[in-house]
Amino acid sequence: MANKKNNKINSAATNGSKYDAVIDTNERAVAIHEHLVTCLVENHPGVLARISGMFSSRGYNIESLAVGTTHDPSISRITIACRGDDRIIEQILKQLSKLIDVIRVVDVSQSSHVERELMLVKVAATGAARSEIMQICDIFRARIVDVHHDCLVIEVSGTTSKNEALMELFERFGILEMTRTGRIALNRGPEILSVAEE
Amino acid sequence: MAITGAEIIVDALVREGVQVVFGYPGGCVLDIFDRINHVPGLRFVLVRHEQGAGHMADGYARATGRPGVALVTSGPGATNLVTALATAYMDSVPIVALTGQVPTAAIGSDAFQEADIVGITRPCTKHNFLVKDVADLARTIKEAFYIATSGRPGPVVIDLPKDVQKAKLENYVYPEQVRIRSYHPVIHPDAGQIRRAAEAIARASRPLLYVGGGAVECQSQLVALSERCDIPCTTTLLGMGIFPGDHANSVHMLGMHGTQYANYAMHHTDLIIAVGTRFDDRVTGKLEEFAPRREHIIHIDVDPASISKCIPVSIPIVGDCRQVLDRLLPLVEPKKHHEWIEQVRRWKADYPLRYPDDDKLRPQHVIRELYRATGGEAIVATEVGQHQMWAAHFWQYVRPRTFLSSGGLGTMGYGFPAALGAQVAFPDRLVLDIAGDGSIQMNIQELATAVTEKLPVKICIINNRYLGMVRQWQQLFYKENYSGTFLGTPDGRAAGASLYIPDFVKLAEAYGAAGIRVARKADVAPAIKEAIANGRTTILEVMVEEKENVWPMIPAGAGVEQMISGLA
Ligand SMILES: Cc1ncc(C[n+]2csc(CCOP(=O)(O)OP(=O)(O)O)c2C)c(N)n1
Ligand SMILES: [Mg+2]
Repeated sequence: MANKKNNKINSAATNGSKYDAVIDTNERAVAIHEHLVTCLVENHPGVLARISGMFSSRGYNIESLAVGTTHDPSISRITIACRGDDRIIEQILKQLSKLIDVIRVVDVSQSSHVERELMLVKVAATGAARSEIMQICDIFRARIVDVHHDCLVIEVSGTTSKNEALMELFERFGILEMTRTGRIALNRGPEILSVAEE
Repeated sequence: MAITGAEIIVDALVREGVQVVFGYPGGCVLDIFDRINHVPGLRFVLVRHEQGAGHMADGYARATGRPGVALVTSGPGATNLVTALATAYMDSVPIVALTGQVPTAAIGSDAFQEADIVGITRPCTKHNFLVKDVADLARTIKEAFYIATSGRPGPVVIDLPKDVQKAKLENYVYPEQVRIRSYHPVIHPDAGQIRRAAEAIARASRPLLYVGGGAVECQSQLVALSERCDIPCTTTLLGMGIFPGDHANSVHMLGMHGTQYANYAMHHTDLIIAVGTRFDDRVTGKLEEFAPRREHIIHIDVDPASISKCIPVSIPIVGDCRQVLDRLLPLVEPKKHHEWIEQVRRWKADYPLRYPDDDKLRPQHVIRELYRATGGEAIVATEVGQHQMWAAHFWQYVRPRTFLSSGGLGTMGYGFPAALGAQVAFPDRLVLDIAGDGSIQMNIQELATAVTEKLPVKICIINNRYLGMVRQWQQLFYKENYSGTFLGTPDGRAAGASLYIPDFVKLAEAYGAAGIRVARKADVAPAIKEAIANGRTTILEVMVEEKENVWPMIPAGAGVEQMISGLA
């Protein structure tokens, strides 16, 4: 894959850039895939606007977005799900790296990682449906967080595909309302995305 | 001792080595204006429109290589600057722009003359800052200059609320160093890629150097590489002068209005060595047909995002162009490419840029005469349009930083203020603005700046009574429907030059500048002589053929095979 070098998460420290920019373009694939791009950014006002502005001005789509501060309060971590072929993803990584407030950029989906999105679903639940829903929740390790005569609010976290599977099962009962967060991800094992120290 | 934010700003400018600030006052920058005229060695140039200040800072920066500085007020002052920032951003020009802002407490309240300039300029600056605390001021200014001038240069805006300018700070020290953990512009070029580049050069049989504005500090390295391996060199519009135009290996500009021989060379090359350039669509034309015989592209650029953006590159080298070339050169063995270089020289001889040499007063002739009269010893700024292309075609630029033109954004109204900026930097050099009758009116008010600041810039208006470049497209692609491109008056056409709108000679005189009009071919050379000799800001208006076209031309989105050479 063209972006394999981005997976050497700590390699950027070696040449001072935010990620390894040398990419073997001979192997570029044109197939469109979904990627999860994670950035460490300065926790400054306007950083999110810089990032979303870069996406919109260059015509790239953000599928989902999650932002939060990290254990270092001066740093936020932003995770962006986006789709594109290798050329587009390469440009997205480069353009993100180019933003002054962005400290590090990595395509986490290129290596082994865990990812989650959190979802809250309000499902119509009366009569016999209630126990059926509760059974489904058990299987999916979803939690019922609010109970009403006519409906339940269910919390579930997991990969997008798991959450969508659950939604599909709920459809039969009637989904009244739902909301989900952006996806977040961490690499498996000891590899960490950290501010490169010189 | 406590000092104010405004005093810090002015002190910081001095410490950054700033010698001139181009600006325009207003309520939200009064505190800075109250300090700025007290500093020996810091010149303030009062412009007549903030766009002018931005382009002057840009022209100053392009001509000197040092950052240009502009200072404007909040709201309309700042929004007037936006076109100049976008122009500088597209062409990677270092500018630090100081904008006034309403007091921090009023930000977001739609206060009088409030504009979200940080939001507005985010996509057209390299970076921008809003300073909310006087304690951050010095560090921010230091960072702004560092960001503007390092890596791929670009404009940086610092938005300065009025209360921050007034606030007092104890124990002010200007920082000696900058360290921005999220910004590492110094990239050490990859030795392996440089070796691969040297191998590719050794293997190539028809190599071609393709040079853009990012190579501005590389003239001697490029000439050495070109001569060592018989490599012809083409440049972009912004690369003019970086490789000497009078060198036997120069094939001049390529692209839409490039020379036939440059485009043929690109069409036949097997190895592109791209230095400080970005494969702009005006250069490549139809991507599928661009350089179809290439086996490799070596792309040297300081901005990784430029590499493989439009065209996949097989040998990318991220780094400072000069540093990369300095490391590459020792690895490159001398090699002769007799056949290739002969072929290129034959194209050059067979398809020169030319125009009919008849009695008509043709625009190309005016550029040729200017070149002849100056011996090429001038800094040439241009506006945007046909005259810009002729200024690129019929003048031989041999040194970098002598051709100032808005390439990426194509900003009409750029050239005159840019020429003024260059003249401020080099009071003893001849500075020309080669202008169109349309473009010059976009920043004509700067005649007042030129006269009051005693800047003897020569504006040569190539007056074709048309927005000529647009008219040319209408002629070629819109069935000669000249909609909205005729600049004269219907009467003026019949009755003669004096009815043209405006009368540029009278206009020049109204501003206290000199005005000369020429309408016959034989009068051009003497008029140029007079304009150069008079020591004053001068408009030289030349009434040229109305419907001359720029040739050759590769229509937008087409390939070399669709090139229109123009002349039979
Ligand atoms: C600010 C701006 N507006 C519009 C254009 C589109 N445009 C490109 S060239 C041109 C005509 C320029 O006319 P003139 O200055 O007379 O130059 P000529 O082509 O006649 O030499 C126009 C309108 C532009 N480049 N910049
Ligand atoms: Mg014109």
